[in-house]
Amino acid sequence: MTPMSLAAMAASIPDGAMVALPPDNSIPSVALAKALIRRRARGLRLVGVPISGFATDILIGAGCVAEVNTSAVTLGEAGFAPRFSAALKAGTLVVRDATCPAMHTMLQAAEKGVPFMPLRGLIGSDILANRPDWMVIESPFGTGEKITLLPALHPDVAVFHAVMADSAGNVWVGRRRECATIAHASQRSLVTVERVVEGNFLEDERLCPGAINATYISGIAIAERGAQPSALLDEYGFDTDYVMAYARAAKTEAGFAEWCAEHVFDNQAVAAE
Amino acid sequence: MSYKTEELLAVCIARLIRARPTRHIAVGAASPIPAAAAWLCVKQGDPLHLSLLHKRSGNPFTDGSRELFDLTGQGRIDLFFLGGGQIDGQANINLIGTGAWPGLEVRFPGSFGSAFMYYMSGRTILFREEHSPRVLVDRVDHISAPGTSEPGVFRRGHAQALVTGRCVFDFHPDRGRFSLASYHAGESVESIRAMTGFEFDVPEGVGETVPPSDAELALLRGAVCDEMLETYPDFCARVFERKAAA
Repeated sequence: MTPMSLAAMAASIPDGAMVALPPDNSIPSVALAKALIRRRARGLRLVGVPISGFATDILIGAGCVAEVNTSAVTLGEAGFAPRFSAALKAGTLVVRDATCPAMHTMLQAAEKGVPFMPLRGLIGSDILANRPDWMVIESPFGTGEKITLLPALHPDVAVFHAVMADSAGNVWVGRRRECATIAHASQRSLVTVERVVEGNFLEDERLCPGAINATYISGIAIAERGAQPSALLDEYGFDTDYVMAYARAAKTEAGFAEWCAEHVFDNQAVAAE
Repeated sequence: MSYKTEELLAVCIARLIRARPTRHIAVGAASPIPAAAAWLCVKQGDPLHLSLLHKRSGNPFTDGSRELFDLTGQGRIDLFFLGGGQIDGQANINLIGTGAWPGLEVRFPGSFGSAFMYYMSGRTILFREEHSPRVLVDRVDHISAPGTSEPGVFRRGHAQALVTGRCVFDFHPDRGRFSLASYHAGESVESIRAMTGFEFDVPEGVGETVPPSDAELALLRGAVCDEMLETYPDFCARVFERKAAA
């Protein structure tokens, strides 16, 4: 698989697409999120896997997002996600609240190719009361148990960062197997990587458990340190100072715009639309 | 020996852990005090298995972030910790926000795994350091996860207790109410009442929280801190006044 450019990868995600995006402890592609901001994506429907972090907040701040389907949006130690909170208050963002295992279950149903799966918990929570797409039934196995059915969730695109890709186009994510789940559940997977290496991970007994088969991968782009400020396994850690500085700047719309000009557009003048 | 509030709270939680048989504890993200409590039990010799979800290296799960929920669904987690932007007198927790759904007044980050973990863990210790009428309310604005469930809904466990910066409450799922277990030094039944937005029972003879022993404090500041330095460097620096080696 020949790597594509980050800009071409961002251009291949249409406005309005449903995009599965893992949170900060689960190797999100912040590089591709920034490229989506540069291409001025609009109307994206983001899926938290199972929660959402820094990449989601900057996409919301830049006006790229119409809807988030997630269990939480947080900057971790840096606190509440400021542009998420502001967009919710302004009424420019639809939030579909869930709970972590519900996100996993809906994606696993898509992974298995079944229309729905049951999940315990939920009943008595206002999350369920606000999800007309979820349904409570009595177990058909005669136990009388009430249980919730969740529909399969099929994102258009899974977006994540991986340590490396190989000559065959397999990608390696280590223990972050939720990236494999979204790759299986989504129509396409676009993956940024630190590097491309010779060989085939699937022929290496030690690497294959952390690999995702190229069958699921639609495109690869090289983006060194492409998860930053999020962590990448044992390659680099979460950049708390960077996210703290972002959280302070993004408290206001003007502060976010200034941050974005510096950190997303590298202070290059942006052509008027 | 003098002690910090965080140390007292960790010891309170450790005593609640040891009060019931416990094999496997999962500790979530921003939870240094519950993590310290669980480590204290380990260092006191309890044969506990700890799954620390936000450990930077050696994360406990190899099957993706769903594995925690899958094994909790099976009943393999005996104890979990939850907090809440609001907690009410029936042990309902609100991690959504205040004002109209979904938190149009003040939005909290969201419910995380609470709407599953609260039902499916063997038991839950609720922990919130801030103890004020703003947090401990008569009725939460929104229920992320309910304190009790109606018949016909599978539920393995409930809140065991609520630990705050002012007191420890026990929770009684049969009557859906808290009772005051002890108040920390400097508080009284009256001061707890004044700072609590919900009604609770006061059993006869309720008294002050037993302070941490010298042995407990020595373990916290030594062996427990050693385990926590990597994941919670700021907490260890602030509470135990120790920094990780550069």
